[in-house]
Amino acid sequence: MQTTNANEEVNYLEYKGKYSGIWGWIFSTDHKRIGLLYLYSIAIMFVVGAFLGLAMKLELIAPGKTIMNAATYNATFTVHGVIMIFMIVIPGLPAVFGNFLMPIMIGAKDVAFPKLNLLSWWLYVAGVLLILTALLFGPGVPDTGWTFYAPYSFKTGTNLLPAIFGAFVLGFSSILTGLNFLVTIHRLRAPGMKWLKLPLFVWTLYGTAWIQLLATPVVGITLVLVSLERVFGIGVFDPVLGGDPVLYQHLFWIYSHPAVYIMILPAMGAISEIIPTFAQKGIFGYKALIISTMAIAFVGYLVWGHHMYTAGMSGTAQYYFSLLTFFVAIPSAIKVFNWISTMYKGSIKLDTPFYWAASFIFVFMIGGLTGLVLGALATNIYVHDTAFVVAHFHFIVFGGVGFSFFGAIHYWYPKIFGKMYDKYWANVGWIVFFIGFMTLYTPMFYLGMQGMPRRYYDYLEEFHGGNILSTFGSWIMITGLVIIITNLIRSARKGEKAGINPWGGKTLEWRVPSPPPLENWDEIPVIGEEESKYF
Amino acid sequence: MEQTKHVEHDHYDPEASKIGMWLFIFTELLLFGGLFIIYSVYRYLNPDAFHLAAEELDTFIGAVNTVILLVSSMTIAMSTTAIQKQNYRLTQWLLAITVILAFVFLVNKYFEWGAKFSHGIYPGSEHMLEAFSQGEILFFGLYFVMTGLHALHIVIGMVFIIWVMFYIKKRKVHHNRFALLENSGLYWHLVDAIWIFLFPLFYLIS
Repeated sequence: MQTTNANEEVNYLEYKGKYSGIWGWIFSTDHKRIGLLYLYSIAIMFVVGAFLGLAMKLELIAPGKTIMNAATYNATFTVHGVIMIFMIVIPGLPAVFGNFLMPIMIGAKDVAFPKLNLLSWWLYVAGVLLILTALLFGPGVPDTGWTFYAPYSFKTGTNLLPAIFGAFVLGFSSILTGLNFLVTIHRLRAPGMKWLKLPLFVWTLYGTAWIQLLATPVVGITLVLVSLERVFGIGVFDPVLGGDPVLYQHLFWIYSHPAVYIMILPAMGAISEIIPTFAQKGIFGYKALIISTMAIAFVGYLVWGHHMYTAGMSGTAQYYFSLLTFFVAIPSAIKVFNWISTMYKGSIKLDTPFYWAASFIFVFMIGGLTGLVLGALATNIYVHDTAFVVAHFHFIVFGGVGFSFFGAIHYWYPKIFGKMYDKYWANVGWIVFFIGFMTLYTPMFYLGMQGMPRRYYDYLEEFHGGNILSTFGSWIMITGLVIIITNLIRSARKGEKAGINPWGGKTLEWRVPSPPPLENWDEIPVIGEEESKYF
Repeated sequence: MEQTKHVEHDHYDPEASKIGMWLFIFTELLLFGGLFIIYSVYRYLNPDAFHLAAEELDTFIGAVNTVILLVSSMTIAMSTTAIQKQNYRLTQWLLAITVILAFVFLVNKYFEWGAKFSHGIYPGSEHMLEAFSQGEILFFGLYFVMTGLHALHIVIGMVFIIWVMFYIKKRKVHHNRFALLENSGLYWHLVDAIWIFLFPLFYLIS
């Protein structure tokens, strides 16, 4: 623990409250402990999800059955998707780093509703357990894909009900976190912390929270309807009874497209914190970054139809959705230009978080530009439902959110644990992971253009070469992942003690000790007028 | 090292609670919003069937229930004024009346649904598949889902209000600290407002 002054406060990791041991964590309303609870639960699920992904890649190393049959493959990609989407990338950065850092960044002692915050984590765990129930018990592992498309989702004989209900509970947890963050940002900013002084990470959490609040209930009710359809046969999505399965797709994507922005906005926010710190320069275009955040949050609502170009939609609607999809690219590009401009003429310190941030920009641009290939009507029809879509999606969601998450954990690790990780191995882990990532997903663009469909356990002989390369990449990537995680776990115990501000960051979290004391601040900081420039 | 005493976060910020409740209400509105979208789409696609099916519903019970909910909204609003005047007895009575009215609403709903069931109108019934058109099946599917979800909200609201009554009894909610009561009122008005839309959509437009 960093000794800074005589009347040292006990830090949040060592604090002993009413309960001891693990109970002191799972009953803690401290935002920092809840952030770590999320971190650990997400990390565990991530290992499970990554293992399933690895198994899928291994199946695809050769045509025909390699290690699993078609039904198992269907179940594997469903569970991989459900775990990765609902349990990891949607809560991901907001629940972990938002919880841990946002109150400190705005100069508060905790979130507005600490108990509600703990309830959110409990709901998260309940949702996870429900979904695991669906996997372990009952007539079979869900095989619908993570999208639960009607009418198959109420026709399949597998154990879908607990999975759907689990997704609903996870959504509820996400809503409560968003609600909590909105109220916190509105009410608990320190004196002088005006809206236009908020760190950009907080701004992206703000935009994200609105999406969580306003989009999640739509998928909530849709999942309820699918469950009711399964149990009672109410007919709303069942063509036999007059319902329309395409309406299900609309309602599903009304949430699930904005959900992509729930994932990516906080990721962009973390990058906007890392880059100025390591460029040792103020962020370029602070207001433009805020406006682009809110623009992405808003326009992101109106583009869901681009998932459904081939599902049966009027030409007018297709043009409209395609045009709006192109609009979303503008604020995203503004962000990229601002990050690059921040580096321009900066004095760049090459350190692990910066490597992650720089590679984030690289993979995000590939993901974003291939997104335009999918957003354009003519090319979409050509590559729809091929490996191209999978590659694009993983470049954005795994490349974007994953790289940002690893950047964020390497950036804030000394603050969270008060220890510095081994930088050499962190850098080795990054480069191995990066090479593995590119080797794994780049061939899939090529395979998709050649016409290899997604979600099949088998393929034609002509796709063999690309798939071998891709599977090989998955092994490299998993090696990188093992190096990164081992290094982080090992350093939490054996790492050198980190100072208050090891990177020279300017935001408020770098003014509290590492790890922060229980209530963050002895005295709530007051932000002076002259400090307006730095955030 | 000496442990610093943990200070309970007991700062009371009624403004924050109210913002929180309003945000939750937005969420609820969008939850029902999804259903209203589905209703509009199917009404547009099956105008005649929806017209025909709506005539099966008992407008009288619907109207009575509307009045019941409106009155209960009034009583809970009055309780917020009563607590500020430190009239705790009246506050509790008004809240009790609200809960009783909510219960009467549910009883009416029970008889209404029961009558439908006895006529063979329920999701998945053989009778509906034989005698009803697809549009009518959809109408009743939505009718049961939407009024059922609304009834669930009534139950949650009742539990919420009873919980607040308990807090008032223990004086954890009092004339200087009544955000929780106000929030229960806001929630109850939401439940009421949703019914105000459900009633014409299912009972009146025919």
